[in-house]
Amino acid sequence: MSGIGKARAAWANVSRSYSIYIVLAALIVLSSIINPNFFSGGNISNVTRQISVTTILAFGETILIICGCLDLSSGSVLALSGLLSVASYKATLSMPLAFAVAIGVAVLCNFVSAMMVAKFSAPAFIATLAMQEMARGGALLFSKGQNIYQIGDYTNVGQGSVGFMPIPLVFLIGLFVATWYILKHTRFGRALYAIGGNQEAAKASGIRVNSVKINAFIVNGVLVGIAGVLFMSRVNAGLPNGAINYEFQGLTSSIIGGTSFSGGIGTAGGTVVGAFIVGFLNNIMNLANVNSYTQQIARGAIIALAVIYDIWTKNRRTRSLVRGVAK
Amino acid sequence: MEGCKLQVRHISKSFPGVLALDDISLEARSGSVLVLCGENGAGKSTLMKIINGVYQPDQGEILIDGKKVHIRSPIQARGYGISMIFQELNYIPEITVEESLFCGRLPMKFGRVDWKAVRRRTLELLEAEGLSYSPTTKMKDLSVSDVQMLEILKAVSMDSSILIMDEPTSAITLREVDRLFAKIADLKARGTSIIYISHKMDEIFRIADDIAILRDGRVVDVKPREELDIDKVISLMVGRKLENNFPKRAVDIGEEALRVEGLSSPGVFEDIGFYARKGEIVGFAGLMGAGRTEVMRALFGLDGYEAGEIRILGKRVSIRSVADSIKAKMTMLSEDRRRYGLIPVRSVRENISLSSLGKFIYHGRLHVSKENRVVSDICARMSVKTPSLGTTVEALSGGNQQKVVLAKWMLNEPDILIMDEPTRGIDVGAKYEIYKLMGDLAAEGRALVIVSSELPELIGMCDRIYVMCKGEIAGELSREEFSQEAIMRLATGLETKEEAS
Repeated sequence: MSGIGKARAAWANVSRSYSIYIVLAALIVLSSIINPNFFSGGNISNVTRQISVTTILAFGETILIICGCLDLSSGSVLALSGLLSVASYKATLSMPLAFAVAIGVAVLCNFVSAMMVAKFSAPAFIATLAMQEMARGGALLFSKGQNIYQIGDYTNVGQGSVGFMPIPLVFLIGLFVATWYILKHTRFGRALYAIGGNQEAAKASGIRVNSVKINAFIVNGVLVGIAGVLFMSRVNAGLPNGAINYEFQGLTSSIIGGTSFSGGIGTAGGTVVGAFIVGFLNNIMNLANVNSYTQQIARGAIIALAVIYDIWTKNRRTRSLVRGVAK
Repeated sequence: MEGCKLQVRHISKSFPGVLALDDISLEARSGSVLVLCGENGAGKSTLMKIINGVYQPDQGEILIDGKKVHIRSPIQARGYGISMIFQELNYIPEITVEESLFCGRLPMKFGRVDWKAVRRRTLELLEAEGLSYSPTTKMKDLSVSDVQMLEILKAVSMDSSILIMDEPTSAITLREVDRLFAKIADLKARGTSIIYISHKMDEIFRIADDIAILRDGRVVDVKPREELDIDKVISLMVGRKLENNFPKRAVDIGEEALRVEGLSSPGVFEDIGFYARKGEIVGFAGLMGAGRTEVMRALFGLDGYEAGEIRILGKRVSIRSVADSIKAKMTMLSEDRRRYGLIPVRSVRENISLSSLGKFIYHGRLHVSKENRVVSDICARMSVKTPSLGTTVEALSGGNQQKVVLAKWMLNEPDILIMDEPTRGIDVGAKYEIYKLMGDLAAEGRALVIVSSELPELIGMCDRIYVMCKGEIAGELSREEFSQEAIMRLATGLETKEEAS
C-alpha cells in the first residue's frame, strides 16, 4: 500500500468519524465569539433545556431509522401525550401518574403505527404521517383547541434543577445512556442494525423482524412520552399546538449525527452531537436576531446538506469498497 | 496481429492497498473466444471493468482495431461496440421484461417512447431465443436463471463487436448453457470478438479458442486451447497443484438426523420425502425451477408449507420460522448470499454472531469482548481473510463473504446444515476449502444437505443424491450409481427411479 493511499484512506476514515465533532467545536467557538455570554450558566442551562426535548426525540428517530423505519408523528404524539398528562396532573396532582399517562399514550400511538408497519406492511413514512394527523387532531379535540394553563408544580420538571443540573439535562443524560446501551449491548440493538442493513438476511438469520420493529416503535413511544412531559412543563402549559415540526428537528439531529437513511448505521453518541449542532445553531441565530422565517430556511438547508453529505460519503465508501472487492 | 480486434497493452491499475493489475497485455481476435480464468482477486473483473470504461487504468493503453482509444464510461464503451454481461445480476425488480431489455435505449418516435416498437422487438428477440415469458412479466417474478438469460439476450441484441461475459453461466441451467454456447458459436461466425470469464473447466474447454490465465494481477500464460488441459490450467491458476478436486472423506454414517415426509406446498413442490443421517452428505440435484431451493426454504422456516412432517433426531418438530429451525439445530446457507446471507454495511463480527447472540448475553447484556474472542476463533478456523473483525463485510471478496455466512451458521453448532449452492461464484481455491470444510463437518457427525447445480461437485462430495424434477423427487441415487448421465435422466424427466432400478 502506498504511503499516500494509506494516508488518504486514514483521513477519509477520520473525516467520516470525527467531522461532526469538528463542526460542533467550531460552532461552540463561533457562539462564544458572537455572544460573550454564551458560556454563562444561564445561557448554557437555557440551551440544554431547549435541546433536551428534541434530542430525546432524536434518540427515538435514530433507533427507528437504524431499523429502516422513521417517525413523522413524534411532535404530534408529544403534544397529545403531554396534554393528557397535564390534564391528568391537574385532576390528581400526581406526578408519577402524569408520567405514566404521557408514556402510556405515546406508546399506544406508536403501537398503532407499528401495527400498520409490521402487520400490514405499510411504509413507516405513511403510517406515521397518518399518526401525525390523528394525534394532533386528538390533542385539539381533547382541549377544544384551548391551551391548559395554571399547571402548578408540574412545571418543576422542566424548569427545576438538581444541584446545578437542569432536570431536563438529567433526563437527557439518562436516556442517552439507555439508548447507547440498547444499541451497543443488547440483542435487540443488534437486530435493529441487521434489519436496517438487510431485512431479508436478518429474517433468514432467525430475527423476528416484525416484533423487533414493534419494539422499536414502543421504545420510541417511551421516549416521546417523556419528552412530552418535559416540553409541557418547560413551557408551563398544556399546548395542543405545541411541538409542531419537532419530528423534523429530531430527524435532522439524527441524520447530522451520522445515522444513515438507508438503514443499518447510526449511533447514540452521533445523535447527541447532531442534536447539539442543531441546538447551538438555533441558539446562535436567536442571539444574532435572525428573523424566524430565515431560521426556518436555514434549518431546511441544513437537512439538505446533511443528507447530501450522507449520500456523498456513502458513495465514496462504496466506490472504495467496490475497488477493494474487484481487485 | 491478424484479425486483432481488441488489444490491451501494459495496463496497470492499483487501488488503495493493492496492485490489482500489473502490466497486463492481452489480445482478442475477431471471431474468436478468449477465455480468462483465474481465482477471485486475480484481476479479471478489474480488467474487464477497465475495458468497459468503469475504471480508468493508471498506465497502459487500449486499442480497438489497431487504434488507441480512451474509454471513460460504459456508455462510451457501448459506442465502441463493447457490451458486457456482469457476474452479479443487477436488475430493477419492478420493471417488465421489455423495459429491462431496452432500458437505456428505448426507441423514440416524435419525442415519445415507441412502446409498440419495444413490444414488437421484444417479442422478436424472445421468440428468436425460444424464451417463453411474456414481455410484460415483471423482473421480480422471474427466476435467477431467467434474469441471467435476459441479460445475455440484452447484450447480444446490441450487435456488439466485442462481447464480454463475466461468468454468465453461474446461475443458468445446463440446457440454457447449451443454448448460450450455440449463441456464442453463432456470434463467432459473425466475427464478434468474445471475452469469456469462467471458473468452470468443462465450459472453458468447450468454447475457448485461447485461454489466458491470470494470477495476482499478472498474465501467467496465454495459450491456444489445444496446448492446455484442465490440470495445467488449474495449477497455473492457483500456482500449485491440487491433488484432488474433491476431498471426500470416509466417515461413519450414524443415526438418522433428519427425516422429511410428504412435505407439500401446492404449485411449488409435492410430496417431498427424504432423510439424512449423521455424518452423511446428501445432495439435491435438479434443473433450475425444479423446486429444490423452495423445499429447503420451507424446511428452514422461511416460507410456509401446507402439509408434511419433519423429524429431527427422531423427534417430530414444527417449523414455522427460522427461529424454530435454529432452535432445532438446523441451519441453512442460502443460494443468494447478498440477499439472504449478509448485512453488507455491518462488520464481520456482527454478521458472524448474528444468529447466535445468546451465547454472549449474560443478564441481558451483550458481552462484546467474549463475542470478539469467539468470532476471531471461528474466523481463524475457517481462514476468513479480513483486515479486522470490524471491517464491513461488503469490503470482502466473494469467497470470504461466503465463509462469513458459513461461520455464522457454524457458531450455532448445527446438527443439520443445509447448503444451497455453497460454491456459487467463488474461486477454485475457496471452493476447495469449502469442500474440505464439508468433509470436516460430516466427520464431526453433522448431517449435510447440499443443493447444487454443479454435478461434479455433487458427485464428488455426496453419499447419496436425490434428484428433483418439476417439484417432485424423481429419484434417489447411491454413490455407486452416480454419474452425470444418470442424474440428468432423472432431472429432465426422462425416467423415474422406478424405471431406473
